[in-house]
Amino acid sequence: MTATALENAQGAGSVPMDRSRALGRPKLSDNGFRWMTFLSASLVLILLVGVAISLFIGSWPAFRTFGFGFFFSDAWSPPKERFGAAAAIYGTLVTSIIAMLIAVPVGMGIAVFLTELCPPLLRRPIGVAIELLAGIPSIIYGIWGVYYFRPVMQAYIQPFIMGTLGAIPGVGALFAGPPLGYGVLTAGLVLAVMILPFITAISRDVFETVPNVLKEAAYGVGATTFEVVGNVVIPYTRVGIIGGVMLGLGRALGETMAVTFVIGNATKISTSILAQGTTISAMIANQFADADPGLFTSSLLALGFILFIITFIVLALARWMLSRLEVKA
Amino acid sequence: MLIRSLMSAAIVAAGVSYAWAGDISGAGATFPFPIYAKWADAYKTETGNGLNYQSIGSGAGIKQIKAKTVTFGATDAPLKADDLAASGLEQWPMVMGGIVPVVNLTGVKSGDLVIDGPTLAKIYLGTITNWNDPAIKALNAKVALPDLAIAVIHRADGSGTTFNFTDYLSKVSPDWQSKIGESTSVEWPVGIGAKGNDGVANNVAGTNGAIGYVEYAYAKQNKLTYADMVNKDGKTVAPTIEAFQAAAANADWAKAPGFYLILSDQAGANSWPMTAATFILMYKKPVDVTASNEALKFFTYCYDKGADQAKQLDYIPMPDNVIAMVKKAWAADIVQK
Repeated sequence: MTATALENAQGAGSVPMDRSRALGRPKLSDNGFRWMTFLSASLVLILLVGVAISLFIGSWPAFRTFGFGFFFSDAWSPPKERFGAAAAIYGTLVTSIIAMLIAVPVGMGIAVFLTELCPPLLRRPIGVAIELLAGIPSIIYGIWGVYYFRPVMQAYIQPFIMGTLGAIPGVGALFAGPPLGYGVLTAGLVLAVMILPFITAISRDVFETVPNVLKEAAYGVGATTFEVVGNVVIPYTRVGIIGGVMLGLGRALGETMAVTFVIGNATKISTSILAQGTTISAMIANQFADADPGLFTSSLLALGFILFIITFIVLALARWMLSRLEVKA
Repeated sequence: MLIRSLMSAAIVAAGVSYAWAGDISGAGATFPFPIYAKWADAYKTETGNGLNYQSIGSGAGIKQIKAKTVTFGATDAPLKADDLAASGLEQWPMVMGGIVPVVNLTGVKSGDLVIDGPTLAKIYLGTITNWNDPAIKALNAKVALPDLAIAVIHRADGSGTTFNFTDYLSKVSPDWQSKIGESTSVEWPVGIGAKGNDGVANNVAGTNGAIGYVEYAYAKQNKLTYADMVNKDGKTVAPTIEAFQAAAANADWAKAPGFYLILSDQAGANSWPMTAATFILMYKKPVDVTASNEALKFFTYCYDKGADQAKQLDYIPMPDNVIAMVKKAWAADIVQK
């Protein structure tokens, strides 16, 4: 660009004014470009701060009325105007934890298979299948969950869990019936299926960045595939893996429709993970449209604010872990 | 997530404002949606004017009309006279219908099962949890009831159907009244929440051992198994238009300020215990008088020519004397050109 400008300036003649004007033009467009990008970037900040502030203002009546008790109460009674966030926070965290417990090891296992063990002929079809799964809209998982997966849970999986895990003294209460199909565990499992492709796709991509030299060296000193994965591949790529896990967790925490379909929407905390529950986003999706202005609406906004904070904490933790890893490495 | 829900709220709002000029816009109750849709279709064929009705729930309907985003709001939970006065709204009953308990039990057909109010309240309170409970057995000596957990299905959103249902439970069960009360959304002690009458119908249809409550038209359209009920007089009645009518006949609309009247648990040997009216809300001094006039023309059409269509869907048209009262109230209260 500068080169053309110079040429033009020379072509225009030897008047010094023209030359400086010609040189000034790209400077002007450069400046304009810089400002445009700067404004676009600050828009993100403005939006973030704006959302946080408006959520906080909206939720202030609820926080003022219920105080810290709002976080610990599982009451949710619109006619009596008593609201608490505990049931929704609990459901959000437990469904996400269940999803992560399943999706992280399985997703990484698939990624290891694809990069280290898979016959080259199968690698592409499986890889494409995972990317397609990652692109399916969440409502489809919700419909699958409620029409196909939930009856299977009710008829087979939940009675089996109640008969085995539920019979163990002490932890049995965690797996108590009745088997209705709808519940926290069902929601967690559907979420696991939803975030599995994310974690798999990202793990596979980062596993592929491991230099072959490192792996060959490890194999050369007699390491097994398991040892190579455990001691070379995963340590080398842990930053990327954490990124993938956090992306999956982010989706699990905020997922709305698929969860609403299968979780049972009960605004209570139950000891059993087979029982019905709710999540922050499910509560808002179900009740926001017809909430009375006042405490009801404010409490729903407060739930939104809490989800905002939870997501923020998760991201901050991820950053902190990454920075610690970078210092070590 | 939040962004997504805000977006959906924006889409709902946009849908309302984008309704083109010729359309009458309304929002609210899902309970009367089948009949409003049918009336709107017939009205469009006759006059060319369409109706844009969003069945988003009674609570949302009240919210939308108070926000003045629609020309009329529809609710099954009537507003009290003082609330109407404070907000400058006119309220009238449009049509009546029945709420029926629906179940999903293998081998049990519509009308096989009988249930009474106190038992229904205990099921929804969570004190009766199995289909072979003695209380249900006592009412159904001839039915082979399975040893199966009851999957209680209720509404997750604010709902006029819930209002009428919980109002009935409060009338027949002191326990329900003191612990839960009646409202468009309550603190359910047990059960699975579903969105809309159609959501409850879907969940009941898909869940073995389920019980739910829906407007009769939804039970019929989705071919759900309904239960008969024991009414206030102790008689067992089936949900039929005659039973709904018997309950509606008791209503004394003339003595109800703002047409505030709830039809649940009426006396009479043939009365269906969970009968309900559904209401329309419009401003006495509308922002857009033309739109308001158009809406009133549509409602006049529904009253004058819609009775047969209502009966086809098992709704009960308002009696002629009530229609006369409503029209008199319109003329007296609503600003018209």
